[in-house]
Amino acid sequence: MKTDDLELVKAAQLGDRIAFSSLLERHYDRMYRIAYRMLGNAVEAEDIVQDVCLALPQKLQHFRAEAAFTTWLHRVVINAGRDRLRKAGTYDRATQGWVEIEIMRRAETAEAQEGQDWLACALEQLPHSLRETVVLVIGEEQTHAAAAEALEISEGTVSWRMSEVKKTLTDIAKQEGMIE
Amino acid sequence: MTDPLDKLKSTMESATPVPDVAARARILATAQQNFENFHAASQGSPEAARPTDNRSHAGVWKRMFGMFRSIRPLPAMLAGSSLAVIALGVVIVGQIPNVTDRAFREPLDTPEQTRAVEELLTRQDAKAPMVMLEIGPSDLDDAIAPSFQAPKHQSDMRQRAILRATADLVHPKVEAREMNERYPDATTNPLKITSDEPISTFSIDVDTASYAVMRSSILGGYDMPREAIRIEEIVNYFDYSYPVPDAAEQPFSVSVGVSQTPWNDGTQLMQIGIQGYDIDAATRDPMGLVFLIDTSGSMNQPNKLPLLIKSFETMLRSLNEDDTVAIVTYAGSAGVVLEPTRVSDMGAILGALSRLSAGGSTAGAAGLEQAYQVAASMQQDGQSARVILATDGDFNVGISGAAPLTEYIADKRESGIRLSVLGFGRGNYNDQTMQALAQNGNGVAAYIDTLAEADKVLSEEITGALITIASDVKIQVEFNPAQISEYRLVGYETRALNREDFNNDRVDAGDIGAGHSVTAIYEITPRGSDAEMVDAMRYQSEDMATSRDEYAFVKLRYKRPGETQSNLLELPVTADTDAIAPEDQDWASAVVGAARLMRGEDLGDWSLSDARDLATSARGNDPHGYRAEFVRLLGLLPE
Repeated sequence: MKTDDLELVKAAQLGDRIAFSSLLERHYDRMYRIAYRMLGNAVEAEDIVQDVCLALPQKLQHFRAEAAFTTWLHRVVINAGRDRLRKAGTYDRATQGWVEIEIMRRAETAEAQEGQDWLACALEQLPHSLRETVVLVIGEEQTHAAAAEALEISEGTVSWRMSEVKKTLTDIAKQEGMIE
Repeated sequence: MTDPLDKLKSTMESATPVPDVAARARILATAQQNFENFHAASQGSPEAARPTDNRSHAGVWKRMFGMFRSIRPLPAMLAGSSLAVIALGVVIVGQIPNVTDRAFREPLDTPEQTRAVEELLTRQDAKAPMVMLEIGPSDLDDAIAPSFQAPKHQSDMRQRAILRATADLVHPKVEAREMNERYPDATTNPLKITSDEPISTFSIDVDTASYAVMRSSILGGYDMPREAIRIEEIVNYFDYSYPVPDAAEQPFSVSVGVSQTPWNDGTQLMQIGIQGYDIDAATRDPMGLVFLIDTSGSMNQPNKLPLLIKSFETMLRSLNEDDTVAIVTYAGSAGVVLEPTRVSDMGAILGALSRLSAGGSTAGAAGLEQAYQVAASMQQDGQSARVILATDGDFNVGISGAAPLTEYIADKRESGIRLSVLGFGRGNYNDQTMQALAQNGNGVAAYIDTLAEADKVLSEEITGALITIASDVKIQVEFNPAQISEYRLVGYETRALNREDFNNDRVDAGDIGAGHSVTAIYEITPRGSDAEMVDAMRYQSEDMATSRDEYAFVKLRYKRPGETQSNLLELPVTADTDAIAPEDQDWASAVVGAARLMRGEDLGDWSLSDARDLATSARGNDPHGYRAEFVRLLGLLPE
């Protein structure tokens, strides 16, 4: 069985290199996934993950096992993503990026194309607050409680947001003629 | 009916790309390095805290050096252009200065500031450069801008100094070499033996980019690659009191002075000062400017696009109402954002500037083509036109190499459209490409690190940057072997010309803009001096022009704007030639000496503090404070 995240964190906080490197190895893809899904842009996602990773040795010292490590990490990545989105211009690009990537991907992989169009379209239409909620609840299979903790909102808000997402998606799907 | 959330989940999973393997490895390795530095430092071993091993970058370097020959899959391609903007290692040395205690009681304006200061407080081993406390208010405004909003209370110097110190913590020290910066390779000019090679030929250079790069390095705590210091550009950054010509017929004046070398009793410095005719900005002919703005993803940093936009706003204010401005951007694809618009319609121009945002990859070549097309349309309206390229130098998509690009620019130069280049930001800054572009476009290359620098380059010197009064200016100096046994041209390494190029009007050289001054300095060794490096030859002395007491003969060739045939200017130099004010000579000597030391050259006992003393005494009339700033910068350098 894998060593518990928490044990790795404790060791890393004390300067254990191998523990730190295992933590990063273990969670890099997750961080990337979240960043990518928030911003819809591979470059931005990589930038954010790089920011987070390079700052992590220091940041880790502030982690107090009050939350699960993944929850804490989700919060760090989400905050980095929000910062990025707040910067001038990025707001527009976050949606443009999806389209841009889609065009490239379409050329590369013909399969699953239909689904991706639909996703790009759907995510584009979700406001940022809904999008980050979806990224955690659907993408990372977080409970509403854990997502709430990572997003620093109440559990009720997460549930409400998820029902909003469902509504919006159903509307889009109807418009696209995917369901009657 | 399927649950739309299930559908979303499966599409989300299939649409998320796999992280780039190389980037992943690089980021993990760098983070690991940071981790080790961080823990080594907190255990009180500053040596181990230096960012040392960055072998994981080897692949990246390789990738960056070979310009992109073919289009790679988008994610990887984009990643290449945004690499290495992040600090790679934390350097932690020294102690927090006591002065911070008081300042911490001041209210802080933003959560970022509070957080940064808290971080500083909790890190007793942190590096806190108290040197920054010496920087004047105007420097701080801009030096801080990249990382923090300036405090609302403009007068609170202490708080700013703390911010600056904390900024250093948050943006740890970076070695420029570990970023993807590129500088032209320039070995220091060798010592020449007059009897072997009596003639020295070079093109003038009015660029000042190297000075601003140096300043940004010193203030930002970067280590500077030696080749980033181009001595002539640092010397030329300053104003000198050379006589200004009265009429445009004689576009510039030439003054020569000989003085004692501060660091070597056995040699002298021969300073050649060229001062261009100045044109009254208000009465000049209207002109067309095409701003070609890099809005690629890598420009999305506070010291890049936002500073660029502010810089252009500053510049607009010093243009005339009849001038025309157009804006072309490039990022992924190139596009005209603002059709040629008269400056009197300021609102439209400012509006277009304010709508710029960064994103996508860099399609530099397509952008250039479009900018030149717009400039050509301006020319048809009878205006002179110029393209001003603003970028961090990331010209790497759609071009198969630097050579075709510079050829293209040189070709456009022939049709009368010049290209100036403004560099922004650190990390990706590609000085090599910028130099090549500006030199081939007969324009000015400047590096904009602060709004104050933008003001200098784009407002005060705007006519100089935009109106050329003499082109293809070449200097040839013939030394008299009877008087001078050895000489060395200081700087101008990237501007050397062949002897025969001097009289060949087809060989391109630098231009002088209205009001510009250019300074060149030779370190010369009089015959018989103790400082001679090479023994005299026995069988040549008879042939020498022993009867002449001249040190050297200086020749200049230049073309008036629009002419194809060059004019010649000549003047002899003797030991007594002293047409340059002593303060200007001392200043130039101090700058040359300091710059050589920064390049790692050995000047015997003469040190940076000697350079600083000499510079301090030679500040003279310094209305804009440029010389004072240099003296302050020297004080920030380690001995």
